[in-house]
Amino acid sequence: MSDLAAPTKDSPTTDSAQPAVERETARRSWPGWATPALIFAALVAYPFVLRDSAAHNIGILALTYAIAASGWNLLGGYTGQVSFGHALYFGTGAYATAMLVRAGMSPWLAIALSLPMAALLAVITGYPVFRLRSHYYSIATIAVAEIALVLVTNSSWLGQANGMELPITTPSLANLQFSLQDKRPYYFVALGFFALAAGALALFLRGRAGSYVRAIRDDQFAAAAVGIPVHRYKLAAAAVSAAVTALAGGFYVMFVLFIDPSSGLGLDLSVSFTLMAVLGGAGRFWGPLLGAWVLVIVQDVTRHQFSGTGRSIDLLLYGALITVIAVTEPGGILALFARLRRRLTRRRKEIR
Amino acid sequence: MTDLVQAVVNGVLIGSVFALVAVGLTLIYGVMDIVNFAHGEMVMLGMYSSFFAWSLFGLDPLVSLPITGAAVVVTGALMYYGVIGPVLGKSPLAQIIATFGVQVFLRGLAQFLWTPDTRTVNGLWADDLKLSFGGVVIGGPQLIMAVGALVTTLAVALFMSRTRIGGAIRAAGEDPAAASLQGIDPRRMYALAWVIAGAATGIAGGLLMNAYSASPTAGVTFVLMAFVVVALGGFGSIAGAAVAGVLVGVAQGVVGLYAPSYTLAIALALYLLVVLVRPQGLLGTR
Repeated sequence: MSDLAAPTKDSPTTDSAQPAVERETARRSWPGWATPALIFAALVAYPFVLRDSAAHNIGILALTYAIAASGWNLLGGYTGQVSFGHALYFGTGAYATAMLVRAGMSPWLAIALSLPMAALLAVITGYPVFRLRSHYYSIATIAVAEIALVLVTNSSWLGQANGMELPITTPSLANLQFSLQDKRPYYFVALGFFALAAGALALFLRGRAGSYVRAIRDDQFAAAAVGIPVHRYKLAAAAVSAAVTALAGGFYVMFVLFIDPSSGLGLDLSVSFTLMAVLGGAGRFWGPLLGAWVLVIVQDVTRHQFSGTGRSIDLLLYGALITVIAVTEPGGILALFARLRRRLTRRRKEIR
Repeated sequence: MTDLVQAVVNGVLIGSVFALVAVGLTLIYGVMDIVNFAHGEMVMLGMYSSFFAWSLFGLDPLVSLPITGAAVVVTGALMYYGVIGPVLGKSPLAQIIATFGVQVFLRGLAQFLWTPDTRTVNGLWADDLKLSFGGVVIGGPQLIMAVGALVTTLAVALFMSRTRIGGAIRAAGEDPAAASLQGIDPRRMYALAWVIAGAATGIAGGLLMNAYSASPTAGVTFVLMAFVVVALGGFGSIAGAAVAGVLVGVAQGVVGLYAPSYTLAIALALYLLVVLVRPQGLLGTR
C-alpha cells in the first residue's frame, strides 16, 4: 500500500520539485498503511460522533459519490482520458440492480451482476471511442451517455421518463434495506463498498497496469513507442473504472429505492463525478473521497441557506472552485496541501 | 410531402443558427486548439442580455443585437485573460477542466441571479411577418433569425479569410513562433479570436430570442449541436461549420418529423460517426 501513502508521488510536477532524499525521510516517518488506516478510522468514527440522521444522510451520499468519483479517477485522473459520461456506468449499475431486484433477485447478487455489465458496456463503447484523443474523446463520452439517456427515456421496459420504484421489504442485511430510524447500517454498507472499491483500484494501480496507464496519460505516443499496448490498457482501465462507478449506482438505487433517467443517467451526474475527483485531486488516490465530502457538504449547507427561493449557490461555487483549481493547481486540494506542506518543511529547515 | 418540405425548411432556418453558434467554437479551436466547454453558456448569456434589453428598456431583440454581442465579447475577453491564458501550455486535463469549470460557474450564476424560470420576449417586431408558399409556412421570427445568422456567419468567415487581421489571427494559430517573427503578437491575436467568437456567439444568442426562451440551461442543446456541427464541418473550419450547421439542421428537422424524441440522439450518433470515420470532417484539413 506504499503507493497510496505518498499521493505526491503521482504527479510528475511535484515529484521533481521534491528532492528524493526529503521524500525518503517523509516516508520513513509515515508508514504506508498509516494514511488508509487513519482515513478509515475517521470514516468509521463519523456516524458515532455526529449522531443526527441528516449527518448520516450526508455521509451515505458522500461515500456513494466517492465510490463513483474514484471510478472516474482511474480513467480520468490516472489514465488521462477525461470522461464526461460516467453517469452511463452509474446508471447501468442502478438500472441493472433495480431490474434484477424487481425480478426477485437478492440485491447483493444484483449489484454484483451489474458490475460486469457496466465493464462490458465500457469495453464495447470504448473500443471505437478510445481511438479518439483528448477533447474529441471527452465530447464522444458526452455523446454516448446522452444517447443512452435518450434510449432509456424512450424505453417502456425501463420505465421511460417516469422511472422505476423498488419494492419495500422487511429490513435486513440480506435485503439491503434498513429501518429509516437509524441510517447507520446504510452508512456502513456504503463504507464497505467504498473500501472494496478502494482495494480494487489500489490493486490495479500498484501493478504493471498502474504504471502503464500513467505512462499513457503522460504521453500516449511515447507509451506506444516503448511497446505498451495503449488501446488494450485504456480498455482495461475503462472496464475497472466502469465497474467501480456501477457499484455506486447499485448501492444508490437500493438506498433511495427509486431510479429515473435524470437521477441515474443525467449529464449533471457525470459532471459532478468529474468535479469531485478534480476538486479533491485528479490522479491522487484519496482525491475523489475528499472532493465528494466537500461537495456534498457544500451542497447541503447551500441548499438550506437558499431553500424555497428556487435559487442555489452550489453550482456557482463548484464552477468557481474548479476554474480556480484548473488555473492555479490542476492537482486539486490535495496537491495544494502537498505544496503548502513542502513550503512549511522547507521554512523549518531554513530556521534550523 | 408538404410536411417534408416544411421540415426541411425549418431545418435550414434553425441550422443557420447552429452554424453561427458553431463558428465561435470552431474559431477558438482552430486558433488555439482549445474546446470551449462553456460555449453554450456564452450563448445563454447572449439570450439573457437580449431578454433584459427587452424587459428593461423595451428593445426588440434585433435592435439590441449590438448590446448582446458586446455583453458576450466582454465575457469572452474575461474568459481569455482570466482562465484560458493561464492554462495555455498546461496539461490537457487542466485545459479541459478550466473551460468546463467556467461552464458550471456561468450556469450556476444564471441560476442564482435569474432563477431557473424561462424568459420569453413577447411582441416581437418580426411577429407580423409571415411568408407562405403552397402549404409551407415560414414564420417571421424564424426567418429573421436565420437571415441574421447567415449574414453574421458570412461576415466572420470573410473577416477571417480576407482581412489582414484575420490573416494574422490565422497565422498565430498555425505557428505562433513564426507569426511572432513577422511582428504578430500571438497572445493578442488569441485575445482577438475570443473577442470575435464572443461577438458572433452573443449575436447568435440575441437572434435566438426571436424563437426561443432564455433559461440557465438554454445553452446545453445548442452547444451539443455545435459539437456535432464543428466535427462534421471539420474542427477549426469556419466554412465547414457554416455548411455543416445547415446540414445538421435539416437532418434534425427531417428526423424530428418521424421520431421527434430521438433528434438529439441521432445528432450525437452523427458526431461519433464523423469523428471515427472521417475525423477531418467535410471541409477540415487537419
